[in-house]
Amino acid sequence: MDKNKYKELVAKYTPKENRLYNAIIAFLVGGLVGVFGQILIDLYSYFLNIPTKEASVFMIITLVFLGCFLTCLGFFDKFVSFAKCGLIIPITGFAHSMMSATLEYKKEGIVTGMGANMFKLAGTVIMCGVVSAYFFGLLRIIIMG
Amino acid sequence: MIYFNAFIFAGIVCLIGQLILDNTKLTPGHITSLFVVIGSFLDAFNIYDKFILWAGGGALVPITSFGHLLIHGVMDTVNQFGAVGIFTGMFDLTSAGIVSAIVFSFVFGLLFKARD
Repeated sequence: MDKNKYKELVAKYTPKENRLYNAIIAFLVGGLVGVFGQILIDLYSYFLNIPTKEASVFMIITLVFLGCFLTCLGFFDKFVSFAKCGLIIPITGFAHSMMSATLEYKKEGIVTGMGANMFKLAGTVIMCGVVSAYFFGLLRIIIMG
Repeated sequence: MIYFNAFIFAGIVCLIGQLILDNTKLTPGHITSLFVVIGSFLDAFNIYDKFILWAGGGALVPITSFGHLLIHGVMDTVNQFGAVGIFTGMFDLTSAGIVSAIVFSFVFGLLFKARD
């Protein structure tokens, strides 16, 4: 069998992902998470009488809690494999990656397992964020004084 | 109206992420890192604040707001204490997300077992 035929065969039997369907689902789920965040902000600022800025902090903590808790119960992995970027891009994805890494390495102990591997997936977000914020902040100080 | 804006903004951010995920070989880790860098880049020139005014929670939920909060903490502290604020103020505003994620992961990690 020559190479081209082999490639054709591989392409034929690779499961096709429906990109349009994935994109629509990601849009809808991501949008709903955004609306949910806004509803939480409004509820917190209405019932606790706090300014919007503090209510948004409460909202982020709530979403992180939900991400962690649902990951523990085993639901969130199914949600993520269904909605993909719709749940990975919001802050729930950050919580999910930390929680699943912690659970996965739990059997190796608290220090060498949980502690050492907690940021295995989420560490890249913090590293890229801090490095880029450092340089962009420096840039802004130099440009704007 | 702000609910509609939040839906549109968060939806479009997730849509862009999904399109990158499907059409390139980048993993979700690459995409979230990329989005954080984009968020801090936009906020370095005060663009992201306008998104937040327009979309409210819709702009705070995606991971781009993590970069936005990082650089916001830096600039607030720099205005108060000078250039050393880059080092001291970096996590001022993001600490809520990071600390809650660490604490919940630790506590739930002790309580629950991994499922497959």
